[in-house]
This record gives sequence, C-alpha cells and structure tokens, in this order.
Amino acid sequence: MGKDVFEVTVNILKMFVIFLMMVQAVPILVWLERRGSAFIQNRLGPNRIGPLGLLQLLADAVKFLFKQSFVPEKSVAPLYYFAPVMALIPGALAFNSIPLSIPINIQPFEMAGQTWGPYTFAFQGYDLGIGIVFILGISSLAVYGLMMAGWGSSNKYSLMGAVRATAQAISYELALSLSLVGILMVYGTFSFREIVDIQTGPLTFKAFGGEHIVSWLPNWGIFFQPLGALIFFAATFAEANRLPFDLPEAEGELVAGFHTEYAGFNLLLFYIGEYGHMMVASALLATFYFGGYSFPGLNPADVLTYMQSVTGGANSASILTAVVFHLVLLAKVAIFLWIFIHVRWTLPRFRYDHLMSLGWKTMLPWALANACFTAIWMWLGHR
Amino acid sequence: MSPVVAPATASSLLPVIILAVIVVAFGLVIVFGTSLLGPKRTVKSKAQMMPYECGIPGTETNDTKISIKFYLTAILFILFDIEIIFMYPWAIKFLDSIKEGMGGYMLATMGVFVLLFVIGLIWEVKSKALDWK
Repeated sequence: MGKDVFEVTVNILKMFVIFLMMVQAVPILVWLERRGSAFIQNRLGPNRIGPLGLLQLLADAVKFLFKQSFVPEKSVAPLYYFAPVMALIPGALAFNSIPLSIPINIQPFEMAGQTWGPYTFAFQGYDLGIGIVFILGISSLAVYGLMMAGWGSSNKYSLMGAVRATAQAISYELALSLSLVGILMVYGTFSFREIVDIQTGPLTFKAFGGEHIVSWLPNWGIFFQPLGALIFFAATFAEANRLPFDLPEAEGELVAGFHTEYAGFNLLLFYIGEYGHMMVASALLATFYFGGYSFPGLNPADVLTYMQSVTGGANSASILTAVVFHLVLLAKVAIFLWIFIHVRWTLPRFRYDHLMSLGWKTMLPWALANACFTAIWMWLGHR
Repeated sequence: MSPVVAPATASSLLPVIILAVIVVAFGLVIVFGTSLLGPKRTVKSKAQMMPYECGIPGTETNDTKISIKFYLTAILFILFDIEIIFMYPWAIKFLDSIKEGMGGYMLATMGVFVLLFVIGLIWEVKSKALDWK
C-alpha cells in the first residue's frame, strides 16, 4: 500500500476516485444511449432538461432518491437488498485493476515540516500482476448478484431472467477466456502494463524465418489476433447482457428479467453494474488489442519534455503527461462504448436456443481453433 | 528461470479488500439511504406488495419450475472453464519456451490436452447435451 502516510492516503483515495469515475460515467452513458437511440430511430430523445437534455439523468437520480423503498411480499429481504450492492462489486474491482495511464512520478517535496517522497503512483487502483486472471475471477461474481436478485424477488419472471442470465454469462465466459489464450501467447505476460509496452512502436512480426516491420501500422494486438478480438468483443456483449444477447431482459417474455421487482435507486445500481461491465470490457479490448493508453507516434518521454517546457515543474509535467495518455485510453474506450450502444439499436435479439448454440457450438470451437493456429504459427515463425 | 508473476500475498490483496469494503458501504448507503428519504406508508396496499404479474392474480409462489438444462449447462461450464484456465499459465510461458528451444515439446503436451478438450466437446454435442428445445 505504501511506505508512509501520504502514499497510503493517495493510494486509497485513488481507488475511490476511479470507482466514482466509473459511477459518474453511467449518467453520461445512459444519456448517450437514449439520445443516440433516439437519433437512430429518427426521434429527439430527452432534450428538455439542461443543454441537449444532459441534466435529464441528474433529475432522474434526484427523483429516484425520493421513491418509496419497499420489499415485495414473500421476498427474501436480505437477498433482495444486497443484490444491487453485489452487482456493483465486479465492475468496480475489475476497473480498478486496469492501468488507465502511465505512472506519475512525484519528486521529493516539503509538507508540514517534513520531506516527502519521491513517489511513483501507478494510474490504476492496484496492480496485482495477474491482470486478466483477476478480472475473469472477479467478473464471475456478477452471477451472484443476478441470482440473488432473481431468487430474492420471489417472482417467476425474476427467477427465469436470473437463471437465463446466469446460464448465458457462464456459457460465453468459456469463449471469452479461450479467445484470450491466443493473445496471451503472443505477449507472454499477464501484466497489463507490459502488454501496453509491447504494443508501442511499428508493427513487427516474425514469419518465414525473418523479422518484418510495417512502419505505417502500430504494433497492436488486433493485427496478430483479429479473430480473437472479434470473439472477445462478441462474448463481452453476452457477459454484459446487452442486445443482441439480452435474453434475460427480453421484455416481451419476461417483463424486465431479474430486476422486475426493483425500482428507484436499487434499479439504478443494477444499471451502474451493467455499464461498469461495459466499461471494463471496452478498457480490456483497448488494452489487449488496441494499444491501451499508448498512441502511435506519441512517446511518453517526448510528451514529458514538452510538458516540462510548458509548465516548468517536474511534478505537474508528470501529472499532465499521465492525463494526456489517460485521455487517449478514454477516447478508445468511448469508441467501443459507442459500438456497444450502436449494436443495441442495429441487431435484433436472438432466440434462446440459437444463443446457446452460438456460444457453445460456434464461438467456443472458433476460439479454440484460433488458439491452436496461433500456437502452431508462432512455433513455425520463431523456429 | 524467474517466476512469471509475483505470488499474491495478504498485503498485495489488501487494496482489493479495502475497495470492496468501500463499494459495499457505498451500495448499502444508497440502498438504505433511499428508504429513509422516500415516503413511508404505514398502511401497505396489497396490490403494491404483490409480486409483479401481468393481468392475472399473482400466484406468489417460489417454486417456479426451471428447466434441468440450466443445471447441465452449469456443470459443463465448470469442466470446460477449469480446462481453459489450465491453458493460461501454458500460454504465457509458450513464447519463452520457443526461444529456449522447447517449443515443440510444449506444443505436443498442449496438443494432447487440447485433443481431450475437443473429444469432450464433440461428445457433448453428439450426446445432445447442448441442444435446447
């Protein structure tokens, strides 16, 4: 956690800030989704409250706060109340373990009659070194939130929705984790920071006994694993219960799925969980396949020198450099989030047996073939 | 040969636990804070407290029948998920092994493992464990 009070405090605050950042992004995303869907469907969408309707969700949140909170009859109250809290945990814990920018270096400084530092703060909640394994483990906890909501509500629609959501989430988790085997082979590390470092520079690969460099392309994972990236992205839709995989909430059959009985802020917590899941998926996709917080032609050392010439201070230059690379990652994440939203209004919903057979009989074999092909190709290429 | 990842200790997991506590506290404050702010009714309406149902009286039972297929899917998931997780440590050591000249051996050992995986998957499909009707 750190070697003195200052470092420990900053590290704890950092986690809290990243968590709040995730929570804060949800109203903006909901606004973007409603507004975007409205334009796709040739409507206007929420446009009355604030400029462009941006304050709509703030107004909704205030309204949610003053809703009557009650447990329906026959419900299991502890499960009913704890389920929305449980839905928050996976997104928050997973998002904190992804590096969002380059580390910040703080030079020694004087405060309260004492010299502090030097420090290096990673731009992430915590770095466990096992990266994706931790995220896969934590994301599985989402199933508990769904099942608690479904069972605790004591409603047949909730229970059916929860069971469907669980079966779907675990089925697509196989394809999701197997699609990452190929990219892990290419990088040879679990650490997100090392993965991003490998992806800097021009595209370099070994084939037919020689090393080839394509100078006009970045060294991103997507060029090594296009099929893996596609399967990973498709599986994350199912994991986050988004259309076209939103069978748990198929409103024609199941009212609203596992959150049928929820209202007010409890319902909003489920939304925070779902959008948190999307943000984690987008950040992972950016980190594994699109260079993470790095940007082609943007060298951290050059940016630091430039910032130093602008601000003059070493600490502020380091912080501003980290912010620049953070914005690069945010831009990539925003693009993927928009794809999530656009797909929702483009593709129709699957039928349940089609969904299961897509996950088990199509995506799982293709992910396996991708991993096998990568292994053989690497062995032939590096020999 | 250096270890691939640093072993997780209690102190390296401490931030995770602290964050989990923060998140749970945040959630509980919201869930119970809103019940303090919202209107309180002493007389409970029967229609409001009933489980949601569409147009007909709710049956209010908790014994909804669930297809056995879901249970089967969960069991199959556990088997396959464990097999996939076994591939992870192999995958991150594969590049190093090729450079050390052990690539063929690594490939052969994993080939046997993947073969078992594929046989399992084919058997599953043949036995119609994955068909939904």
